[in-house]
Amino acid sequence: MEKDSKLKVFIENIKFPLLAILLSFLIGALFIIWTGNNPLVAYWALFSGSLGGLDKFGQTLLKTTPLIFTGLAVSFAFRCGLFNIGAEGQYVIGALTTVAAGYILNSVFGDLPGFILIPLIMIIGALGGALWASIAGFLKSKLGVHEVITTIMLNYTSIHVSNFFVRTALNPSTLEGTTQKAHTVLLPESARLTQLREIIPWFGYSSVHTGIFIAIICAIAAYFILFKTTLGYEIRSVGQNSYAAEYGGISVSKNLILAMVISGMFAGLAGATQVAGLTYKVDMAPASPGYGFTGIAVALVGKNHPLGVLASALLFGILSNGARKMQIAGIPREVVGIIQGIIIIFIAGERIVKFVSKIRERRNRKGNVEGVN
Amino acid sequence: MLGVIIAVVASALRLATPLIFASLGGVFSERSGVVNIALEGIMINGAFFSILTTEFTDLPWLGVLVAAIVGILTSLILAFLAIHLKADQVVTGVAINLLAASLTAFLLEMVWHRSGQTDPVESAIRAKPIPLINKIPIIGDLTSQLTPFVYLAILAVIVSYYVLYKTPFGLRVRAVGEHPRAADTVGINVYKIRYICVMISGALAGIAGSALSLGAISLFREGMTAGKGFIALAAMIFGKWHPVGAFLACLFFGFTEAIQIQASTLGLGFIPSEFLQTIPYIATILALAGVVGRAVAPAADGIPYEKGER
Repeated sequence: MEKDSKLKVFIENIKFPLLAILLSFLIGALFIIWTGNNPLVAYWALFSGSLGGLDKFGQTLLKTTPLIFTGLAVSFAFRCGLFNIGAEGQYVIGALTTVAAGYILNSVFGDLPGFILIPLIMIIGALGGALWASIAGFLKSKLGVHEVITTIMLNYTSIHVSNFFVRTALNPSTLEGTTQKAHTVLLPESARLTQLREIIPWFGYSSVHTGIFIAIICAIAAYFILFKTTLGYEIRSVGQNSYAAEYGGISVSKNLILAMVISGMFAGLAGATQVAGLTYKVDMAPASPGYGFTGIAVALVGKNHPLGVLASALLFGILSNGARKMQIAGIPREVVGIIQGIIIIFIAGERIVKFVSKIRERRNRKGNVEGVN
Repeated sequence: MLGVIIAVVASALRLATPLIFASLGGVFSERSGVVNIALEGIMINGAFFSILTTEFTDLPWLGVLVAAIVGILTSLILAFLAIHLKADQVVTGVAINLLAASLTAFLLEMVWHRSGQTDPVESAIRAKPIPLINKIPIIGDLTSQLTPFVYLAILAVIVSYYVLYKTPFGLRVRAVGEHPRAADTVGINVYKIRYICVMISGALAGIAGSALSLGAISLFREGMTAGKGFIALAAMIFGKWHPVGAFLACLFFGFTEAIQIQASTLGLGFIPSEFLQTIPYIATILALAGVVGRAVAPAADGIPYEKGER
């Protein structure tokens, strides 16, 4: 009996996102037809290119990894009623502190073995993101400053802060005396995450690394914190009704800061794993990489549930890896961006369903009233 | 030295111009109670469609008009979702930004058959010396470096101030943004006011986009707004949701950008350019934190209004 109702809730929860995804693909198909291509061919390229074979799937998982983290970041904050638009900036700072930590630890303590160095730089990367997010959390809880604007402003600030350190303190020219480069020093070999193809050769050319496991563990941890601990209960209470929570003896300001800090840790880890698993350095960048904004979409499609986030991050990973494959097949990759945007609009406008039914209801009622008269 | 100062002032005014339009757009939207994160996306649409129109008609001012119309159409997505469907305004704004960036890049490939940027259009809106005034020593030198967009922006500030503070419509807008329930009670149509304001905001942000493409580099480049929509949003907050305040904040942000570009000429090369680039953002955070006098948003900003809610 209990299981039955749980299943019903589950179906009820994923019904709308699935419908939104389907509709978005249909609208995307119109754009593909416009380019003079067959949408079936295009979507075949997209899905077979990102799922057909372990090497291709590995590349999809690589794209999925940062999205799980930023999706978790956005949804965790949202559970506390906070809108973290700043996962983007927390990602950037997390990546920066990871490179700095890897370089400094390795040169201060000599060659540390990987099993010590990797956990350390992951923690420092997470703390970097947490620290950056805590600015917004602190301003929100102490001064009531809306977190949407502060996190957006901190996103842009983070790029310039990062570029400053890339150009100065962390540049190979400063630390190693080599020529000035447009990126930081490289992370020492022992600080790098293992690539899955080194364990399982079938992953072929794909660069997926053990960061994906850290991401999955984080999703489980987020689930556990949110639904099995007192802290999670308090955070969700504040998110549902902060006045009621306060009345019930829960400190709103403490939970706001904590939720933001944990959210920032996830986003910071996105940067940390990206650096330790894939890029090994931070580049000069004119703009942020966009993982934070996609994270909003991931959280939204995943219904702000950690396990939903895993599924929707995979969807966005498929889309982002498949976009390149579609481009090779001669279809502009922007079609995927359009599909993503439309998915968000449909899900944000979930009430469109209620709206349509309300109009119908009103029309019926009007009809009835006229009938009576 | 005088030449350098004139060049910096002119460049600050030129850089501030797109910000001024977009920021005024933000003022209208948020004064009526709708948060407009979509300014960035509306700007990129305006930038693209003004170039597209000019490419095919050779009529740059028609391009500006089309930019305004496209801006209105884009803003209607926000208006419908935010006002009727009570969707989350921030999420909707983020989605519009993503959609606009992808759509313009897609159309760029469809029309010009390449990615990155369009060809420059032949008839852009350029700076022209004004007869008689260009004979006056300093003012003449300055004005001959300014595009018509700059004057239009200043005019827009005056008109916006007048509309918001000196007309019955402006009074209604402010009432709707502060206390929609009370406004509704005295017979103001909250939905209608919000729709009009979001559409004005779209038109202004669309023109801001055309000022960026037609008025500056006469071509469209992917990602050319580069966060300018968000800086405009910051200027609006920094200027306390007031047209004149927003205008002054835009000028300030324009100056920091101009100084950053001319830093070495001005002998300021020792200041890290990244520091100057963060000023608009940090200033906004400080403004919100109350360091430079508290900036308070309209009370109903971002809150959907439900008719007949008690």
